Amino acid sequence: MESNSSAASRRLQTLNTHLRPASSSPSTASSSSSVLSFLPTAAQQNSAFQHLQQAPDDPILGVTIAYNKDQSPVKLNLGVGAYRTEEGKPYVLRVVREAEERLISDRSRNKEYLPITGIPTFNKLSAKLILGEDSPAIRERRVCTAQCLSGTGSLRVGAEFLAKHYSQKTIYIPTPTWGNHTKVFSLGGLQVKNYRYYDPRTRGLDFEGMLQDLRSAPSGVVVLLHACAHNPTGVDPTPGQWEGIRQVIRSKNMLPFFDSAYQGFASGSLDVDAHAVRLFVTDGGECLVAQSFAKNMGLYGERVGALSLVCSSESVATRADSQLKLVIRPMYSNPPIHGASIVATVLGDRNLYQEWTVELKAMADRIIRMRHLLYEALRARGTPGNWEHIIKQIGMFTFTGLSKEQVNFMTREYHVYMTSDGRISMAGLSSKTVPHLADAIHAAVTKKAGQ
Amino acid sequence: MESEPISSPSAFQHLMQAPEDPIIGVTTAFSKDPSPVKLNVGVGAYRCEEGKPYVPQVVREAELRLLNDLSRNKEYLPITGNPQFTGLSAKLIFGEDSPALNQKRVCTVQCLSGTGSIRVGAEFLAKHYAHKTVYIPIPTWGNHPTIFTVAGLEVKSYTYYDSNTRGLDYEGLLRDLNAAPSGVVVLLHACAHNPTGVDPTADQWKGIQKLIRGKNMLPFFDCAYQGFASGNLIKDAFSVRLFAGDGGECFVAQSYAKNMGLYGERVGALSMVCGSESVAKRVESQVKLIIRPLYSTPPIHGAAVAATVLGDRELFNEWKADLQGMADRIIHMRQLLHEALKARGTPGDWSHIIKQIGMFSFTGLTKEQVAFITDKFHIYITFDGRVSMAGLSVKTVPYLAEAIHIAVTTVLE
Repeated sequence: MESNSSAASRRLQTLNTHLRPASSSPSTASSSSSVLSFLPTAAQQNSAFQHLQQAPDDPILGVTIAYNKDQSPVKLNLGVGAYRTEEGKPYVLRVVREAEERLISDRSRNKEYLPITGIPTFNKLSAKLILGEDSPAIRERRVCTAQCLSGTGSLRVGAEFLAKHYSQKTIYIPTPTWGNHTKVFSLGGLQVKNYRYYDPRTRGLDFEGMLQDLRSAPSGVVVLLHACAHNPTGVDPTPGQWEGIRQVIRSKNMLPFFDSAYQGFASGSLDVDAHAVRLFVTDGGECLVAQSFAKNMGLYGERVGALSLVCSSESVATRADSQLKLVIRPMYSNPPIHGASIVATVLGDRNLYQEWTVELKAMADRIIRMRHLLYEALRARGTPGNWEHIIKQIGMFTFTGLSKEQVNFMTREYHVYMTSDGRISMAGLSSKTVPHLADAIHAAVTKKAGQ
Repeated sequence: MESEPISSPSAFQHLMQAPEDPIIGVTTAFSKDPSPVKLNVGVGAYRCEEGKPYVPQVVREAELRLLNDLSRNKEYLPITGNPQFTGLSAKLIFGEDSPALNQKRVCTVQCLSGTGSIRVGAEFLAKHYAHKTVYIPIPTWGNHPTIFTVAGLEVKSYTYYDSNTRGLDYEGLLRDLNAAPSGVVVLLHACAHNPTGVDPTADQWKGIQKLIRGKNMLPFFDCAYQGFASGNLIKDAFSVRLFAGDGGECFVAQSYAKNMGLYGERVGALSMVCGSESVAKRVESQVKLIIRPLYSTPPIHGAAVAATVLGDRELFNEWKADLQGMADRIIHMRQLLHEALKARGTPGDWSHIIKQIGMFSFTGLTKEQVAFITDKFHIYITFDGRVSMAGLSVKTVPYLAEAIHIAVTTVLE
């Protein structure tokens, strides 16, 4: 061995000695190469990451992991918000398959890098979809749109942009909200604060509390708003309430940041579900909108989304666009082709678009039907409590109001999986499984003390 | 109260117009140029002899198979990506028989091509590594310093390129790394250094390894050209396997943009070779916390294509042959350009064109000469004189040679 590695060699021998089983003799230390192999240029055998803790599983995704491990034939996964058919299967939209077939058969297509901000036609069509064909903001070229990685990616790019360029580096988010929001914004560089939103007593919107909290927040802060089908509660403001919210936000010069993950999925109507966003855009003020096509086009894992900045002028929009690129380039350079091409194909073809709206409405209608079935099933069982919120809440989820203990009970005894906050994905139910869920809820509510 | 249009000033009135990315800016300028003889040797994307983008046949085949498999759906991938893809990716770079893999000391996550892999790795290091400084070679890919800085690491440099020899300044490299503090992160280009095309020899790699391990530094490989540099996947993995095989730790960012022609589908992987299986498990749980607030889970399509190719023996062999073909065409272009310059008697030593490796040639042209070439000949090169050999063809080499000749003889340095 080279002389300059003798120190390392001695350290290794000492380490080796400590790692040997107690019964083996010291004389075997130098030859127990099965424990450690010495290489002249090897680093110290301890890891630079020895101190790392095992991080807990993501609470939402962890539900599916636990579900997968469960062997019970009656297990039910109502955790992650992915649409399921009546047969309980994932659903790939017909228009998506059609679009994919067109794209892949088109040999004139290639895999060249997209622009940093993504496919231009996708961006334009996405903006039109959420803001409306006749949106003044689009007509006045005040909107800059960047293709991003679904809702999460759009929020993260927006957050980093704001942390870099906006004067108030604080965002107010509703209580409760999607579990990932806080991390996305804080890692993006913003301080995160909360405003009241959900009223557990009414299982509806705490409108007064929300307005109070916004009024007492500093001027100019960013405010996260769920465009429709609030996640996890399913509780949305009425149009009248949205107007009230708009007035407070504009009077305090706050910057709205919309998370729009369910357009068309909430009510079945793309325009109805865009009401809140369009209300704010029509008043001429600025806002950010993060769009996701995960649910409404069933594109989940292809990561398709868009971030739009509605600015007060074309000049600002142009400059904002150039600055967005500086955020995206060191993150992933440019976005993936495939998913956004599918969306652009569907949105840009009149027949496919039409067909899409029909499929979308069918998905939304099925979910609404599940809400009614579950509500009736609980009423039929005489389950104590008021369960109207199941049919009043909107979108994919129902915030049942069940306690953590009740949730655990349902998982343990009935193999029903949901997030610990009592949020169930209605999209994961079918007419066959509603009875089982109703039984589980009934048992949980009557056998365990309520929350 | 009626809602009146708001006419308050913009919250972003103060924004400056950001300058265009220099590399992408070259292609933008190229697209705007109406000249019929224009030539784009700026961005590093492979072109076939006809000058067209190239989608490997195995990619088309894989896409067809995926399309026709009606059992496939669009459900979210795990945060760490497609497990088949990550497993095969790790095997590709480390080798089937890699002890690190066999000892389960490697955590591999699917990321968005090279950039995404580096960004996730950099954020992980900024969060968990004791020394929040990375040393990058001079020069390096333009996006490197930005990625590391935004992720939270301090960026310093080490000598790499010798403009006199147009080769590696090996002594300078060793000197600078020796002078650096112990334990820092060191960025290494696995092969086909971008933009210079200058790679260490096997012996030089061993010298670098000795220094890095001796100072307990953490190597972070950027591997964007495996198989593309020499045409041989194993040969191009030499440096990574050297480090991964010595028992120490390292990070490896892999990209399939060039070698599988998947550019815009953003296919890549970050592998963290750890000291033990236990550490690798904990590392995996922690890296998820970085990915989830960035984009939640990676995109399905590109990784599914790559996994299909890597996992099917026929497709894999066809791919290897295709890769060899692409690499050979580039090497051929190097030879042609070198001969063309020699034939014209262009002043200077142009042997670096055939010595340098990979997609790019660091020509040594000055900024003024580059501007001249673009202006007079409509040939688009990045301002640092980097030419994408992949953008040349038998027909266009003479034109470039002519342009270089005139630039060198008329534009004084």
